[in-house]
Amino acid sequence: MKVVSNKNLNTKYFLLTLQPPDNMPVILPGQFAQVEIKDAKNTFLRRPLSVHDVDYKNNTIKLLVQIIGEGTKKLSEIKEGDSLNLVYPLGNSFSTSGADNVLLVGGGCGIAPLLYLARLLFEKNIKVTTLIGGSSESDILEADEYRKYGDVLITTLDASIGEKGLVTQHSVFNSDKFPYTAIYTCGPEPMMKALARIAKEMNIRCEVSLENMMACGIGACLCCVVDTNEGNKCTCTKGPVFNYKELKGWS
Amino acid sequence: MELKNMPDLCVKIGGLVLKNPVMTASGTFGYGEEFADFFDISTLGGIIVKGTTGSKREGNAYPRMAETPSGMLNAVGLQNKGVDNFISDIYPRIKDINTNMIVNVSGSTIDEYIMVASKLNELDKIPAIELNISCPNVKEGGMAFGTSCPSAIAVTEAIRKVYHKTLIVKLSPNVTNIAEMAKAVEGAGADSVSLINTLLGMAIDIERQKPLLSTITGGLSGPAVKPVALRMVWQVAKAVKIPVIGLGGIMNAADAIEFMLAGATAIQVGTANFIDPAVCPKIIDGINDYLIRHRNNNVNEIIGKI
Ligand SMILES: Cc1cc2nc3c(=O)[nH]c(=O)nc-3n(C[C@H](O)[C@H](O)[C@H](O)COP(=O)(O)OP(=O)(O)OC[C@H]3O[C@@H](n4cnc5c(N)ncnc54)[C@H](O)[C@@H]3O)c2cc1C
Ligand SMILES: Cc1cc2nc3c(=O)[nH]c(=O)nc-3n(C[C@H](O)[C@H](O)[C@H](O)COP(=O)(O)O)c2cc1C
Ligand code: FES
Repeated sequence: MKVVSNKNLNTKYFLLTLQPPDNMPVILPGQFAQVEIKDAKNTFLRRPLSVHDVDYKNNTIKLLVQIIGEGTKKLSEIKEGDSLNLVYPLGNSFSTSGADNVLLVGGGCGIAPLLYLARLLFEKNIKVTTLIGGSSESDILEADEYRKYGDVLITTLDASIGEKGLVTQHSVFNSDKFPYTAIYTCGPEPMMKALARIAKEMNIRCEVSLENMMACGIGACLCCVVDTNEGNKCTCTKGPVFNYKELKGWS
Repeated sequence: MELKNMPDLCVKIGGLVLKNPVMTASGTFGYGEEFADFFDISTLGGIIVKGTTGSKREGNAYPRMAETPSGMLNAVGLQNKGVDNFISDIYPRIKDINTNMIVNVSGSTIDEYIMVASKLNELDKIPAIELNISCPNVKEGGMAFGTSCPSAIAVTEAIRKVYHKTLIVKLSPNVTNIAEMAKAVEGAGADSVSLINTLLGMAIDIERQKPLLSTITGGLSGPAVKPVALRMVWQVAKAVKIPVIGLGGIMNAADAIEFMLAGATAIQVGTANFIDPAVCPKIIDGINDYLIRHRNNNVNEIIGKI
């Protein structure tokens, strides 16, 4: 794929826009790509990254990436016009039907798979609210993009923007009239587990996107498994999105 | 394209005829189907499917994988649905793939190996099995059979009695004398040996002060193991008369050719499939180009030149 642009959002995050040589396949919200990282000494395997947004008209996809270690650092240095090898689209997707008022919750870079989802839900006349959480204002990414499709709520640990605290401490969860009929989330596992507990109490659907370590990304190596009610399942092919009720130790 | 001038890539392993020497390694290529979107898998010389045991196994707990410089550790631990499920659900889906579909067989006891092998013996479209006596990731059996000569002989002899097609025995590198092991299983009736399985290794997260794998130790694969694998293939090829299948860290055609020069009649590609799911056809093409460049009409001419 050709790198159309690589935009640094701040020192920790960057946004890649990529264009495949051929027409884009159909991509579902929540799917990911296995991205090859070239010329990084200790990065041997591909890196799984969610599809952040899809633009069929311009035949481009976006990836929103947090710099974590060598692989993502190397990727952040890629330049416009360079090429990048992706295996995509992989995995299953969030549900886009069955709920009429959805709360999307992203912790830090966990919002990455939720933008494309927000747009698809919006286009289906499903009410979308996005709750974004991070340590500080610099972790709250792309809020204006999410505002195109519905309200945006924010929490930060240092109260630099939005309410102070973790996403699960947001006042929306304290109100008697919690209006949402489903929660879809991606981010740190403790955050997603806390949301799953809330969803259980409220008796609403909750889908979580897992970020297990992966080698192949296509169901061949069985390295990425998660323990479910039906035994070990591959996160890369049966996930990354799971209803929390399927996962052992989540409810 | 003038087919007449193309080098002959065909090789023989026991009763098997391989259209080219490139196969895929067990546990890294699923049942083949996973790769059908990336290339025509019937162009392979053979596909070794996942390790199959007597009954269903869940494998080890997550995390089962850790990246290492130029390689990876895995501790999957033979997760599979068992031989009966293979026969009823998987075999019908894969039996008509036009290449050698070979099943990797594992067990905790000799009886379990015998049970799996006798059932597979009845399947028309499975022309060979690969006996895995080298899995480092299970508590019982696995590598224990492949690290001592008497037990390797016992399991190979027992399988030879019940399995009447091509029998490949997959050797563990976690031994002091690999040539001795190869000779032992040759004497016990193996038609071929494949090597290497993964090298026992480990990795630690120093911040959490915990091992990176749930099982503490796991199997190392990828380019990191290639020099060791190549040396072992060379030693084994010198020691036995049966054909040797070489693997361990093969990433491209040059690596594959090194193994063949060292004495491998065929090779398997493992971890490289994760980096490039379409690497195998590139390796086949690369071998072909190499033979043309070196004016060899037949791939067998380069086997064991070292
Ligand atoms: C399905 C899926 C979707 C993801 N989507 C995004 C996204 O859209 N944006 C984003 O910034 N990040 C995403 N991640 C996480 C991202 O893959 C890791 O942050 C990245 O692999 C780190 O690589 P590194 O070389 O920079 O760090 P390293 O130094 O290699 O590792 C740091 C940490 O990253 C994680 N990690 C490393 N290798 C892998 C691997 N092969 N598979 C999974 N996790 C790994 C581990 O937790 C590790 O401890 C996603 C992960 C998964 C599984
Ligand atoms: C994730 C993974 C799973 C594996 N599972 C099996 C298995 O079930 N049976 C087996 O004999 N070898 C298994 N192996 C070992 C490979 O078949 C091969 O021997 C080893 O990885 C070395 O080759 P490579 O460096 O090309 O990967 C596995 C390897 C990996 C990486
Ligand atoms: S990453 Fe290989 S099976 Fe999921």
